Amino acid sequence: MIEIDQLTKRFGETTAVDSVSMTVETGTITVIVGTSGSGKSTLMRMINRLEEPTSGQVRINGEATGTMTPHLLRRRIGYAIQGHGLFPHHTVARNIGAVPRLLGWPKAQIAERVDELLTLFSMAPDAFRDRYPGDLSGGQQQRVGVARALASRPDVMLMDEPFGALDPIIRHRAQEDLARIQRQLGSTIILVTHDMEEAIRLGDRVAVMDKGKLVQYARPSEIIANPASTFVREMLGDEDRPLRQLSLMHVSDLIEAGDADGVAIDADASLREALSACLWSGRDALPVAQGGRITLDAIRAQAEQPA
Amino acid sequence: MRAVSPPGLVFAIVGGALLCVPFMTLAANRIVAGHGVMVWALGYWPALMGMIAALGAGLSPRPTLRLFAGALGLACITAQVSQGADLLLADAGDYARTSPAAGFWGLLAVFSLLIADALTQLHPRPLLRAGLLIVALAALAVVFWSGLLGDLSIAQEYVSRARQFWTALAQHLQLALGSLAVAVVIGFPLGVLCHRRGGLRRAMLPMLSFLQTIPSLAMFGIMIPLLAWVATTVPGAREIGIAGIGFAPAFVALVLYSLLPVVGNTVAGLDAVPPATSDAARGMGLSATQQLWQVELPLGLPVLLTGVRIVMVQNIGLAVIAGLIGGGGFGSFVFQGLNQTATDLILLGALPTVLLALVAAVLMDILVDLARPVSETAR
Ligand SMILES: Nc1ncnc2c1ncn2[C@@H]1O[C@H](COP(=O)(O)OP(=O)(O)OP(=O)(O)O)[C@@H](O)[C@H]1O
Ligand SMILES: [Mg+2]
Repeated sequence: MIEIDQLTKRFGETTAVDSVSMTVETGTITVIVGTSGSGKSTLMRMINRLEEPTSGQVRINGEATGTMTPHLLRRRIGYAIQGHGLFPHHTVARNIGAVPRLLGWPKAQIAERVDELLTLFSMAPDAFRDRYPGDLSGGQQQRVGVARALASRPDVMLMDEPFGALDPIIRHRAQEDLARIQRQLGSTIILVTHDMEEAIRLGDRVAVMDKGKLVQYARPSEIIANPASTFVREMLGDEDRPLRQLSLMHVSDLIEAGDADGVAIDADASLREALSACLWSGRDALPVAQGGRITLDAIRAQAEQPA
Repeated sequence: MRAVSPPGLVFAIVGGALLCVPFMTLAANRIVAGHGVMVWALGYWPALMGMIAALGAGLSPRPTLRLFAGALGLACITAQVSQGADLLLADAGDYARTSPAAGFWGLLAVFSLLIADALTQLHPRPLLRAGLLIVALAALAVVFWSGLLGDLSIAQEYVSRARQFWTALAQHLQLALGSLAVAVVIGFPLGVLCHRRGGLRRAMLPMLSFLQTIPSLAMFGIMIPLLAWVATTVPGAREIGIAGIGFAPAFVALVLYSLLPVVGNTVAGLDAVPPATSDAARGMGLSATQQLWQVELPLGLPVLLTGVRIVMVQNIGLAVIAGLIGGGGFGSFVFQGLNQTATDLILLGALPTVLLALVAAVLMDILVDLARPVSETAR
């Protein structure tokens, strides 16, 4: 559990982070979202003490970070910096293996881990292991940066816009990979983005920041249903709200008895996908592969603005 | 590709003109001025033909050919000077001295530049450059020890001062390289501190650049009373060789001159690390020392070594002035020569200094190239 308690950071006149308090549960993904300059990076960097708070406290499992030796604290926390920050004089393999090497892992184990991570991020180990960051595309550099943060399987990971430079297809896959890794390892991830779509897709909880203040901290469904302010509503983008809401629910939630014609849909698919299928094929109901059916009316009812 | 190399054309024209000025001089003794002798008057035709051929081949657009042309030219002027000295001294008096004159020195410069220009174009890899340097030095050593040039006046000066010459070389190196070593030992940690603490940097760098602006003679002058005072007031200082004149003040002055390039380039080298890279290094838990050795230093090394190169070449030159305050080194020949108006004695001090500086520059350039991160050299 990471407790952020009344955390404030001032740079001269500007208050980058203004008395933020929130609690991050162990084994969850928390996404911090906000416009540029809203203090997301600064808030995150105070957790591993890359920035010292002006006031307030961070506690990890009850222990105040202020009393720990900064570089030892940081070794326990994975950190993917905004804009990768790879070591230009080290190969891809050496970059990814940096933290395990610091922690004194045996060589063979590091090499194995490097290959595993490269494969995970769709980069053939044989082709990429010995290359230098300067010879990689921006998206490849960023994936190596994220792989480096994951390398030592830290319990806590901080990721600052880790997918910013990826194209939509790879981005989507990287997000799914991250979610899968997180579920497997049960790690605690705090991720910064300015993309609300990404926040809703990945976050168990979403923290919305505006001008240094935490304006809403809740589950994605709650944020979509009850945006705390006009700022949050703007971040959501009004016209997309019903679709966002549907993307969080599954066909399995609305199965009713009965039959329907045409291609069946999986019970695990989101309501958004089901709506898409209805509209595209001009049907009012779809059969569900696992039995039963789902109707357009039922989906529509879910997309309506809550009273 | 062009039909002729433009620098080669300049070298050919200048070289042609230099063939028409005196190549050597003959004087009745080591002090009086001599009279010039033209290259054709020396009557050694193979060497003259060789020089003309070398100037012609220097026109070629192919750098390898130009490289060999330069080497041929150097060999020919050396042979010419050697033969010419025999000829001129054959029917001159016992105290007669013969020296290379403007024509020789000019052609020496032309052929050296030809080689330098060809090498710039060939851009050999660092290790090949080191090999070429060794070959050049070996050739020089062969010429030196074979006695080919033994009849020249400068060689006579050498013979009568052989022991002093090698002592002077040792002192010169001690002054130039010793002061560099001390400057690195002091300057490198200072640079690291300046890099970490903005306040120290703002105080330190202007002070060091002020030191750098003091004219060298004045600096050596200031050191004399300063160290004389230290020698008389600090107990034990005199015993370890500190005195107002001699080695110590020269050494201290050189150290002071070296500090700015060392500190400045250390700071610049460490600053050259991309901010995101040092941030990531910090973020993954490298301690300050680990950041320095594993990230900042490897990335900043080329800039840092450039600083060392500047200091090394600068100190080899500046150490000559130590001769003026009894600090030893090649400067003592230069200033003795100036007092006696003995040009060859001046050259006996000046030529090895130039050679040392050249070798130092080439060596350090090789090191700087080797220190570049792999990803840069791979391109
Ligand atoms: N080291 C610093 N010195 C001075 N001001 C800073 C510093 N770091 C951040 N700031 C200021 O603090 C505010 C918040 O910056 P921060 O980097 O946390 O924003 P962000 O939400 O991460 O923005 P982005 O999405 O553009 O990365 C900005 O106004 C920024 O200019
Ligand atoms: Mg940021």
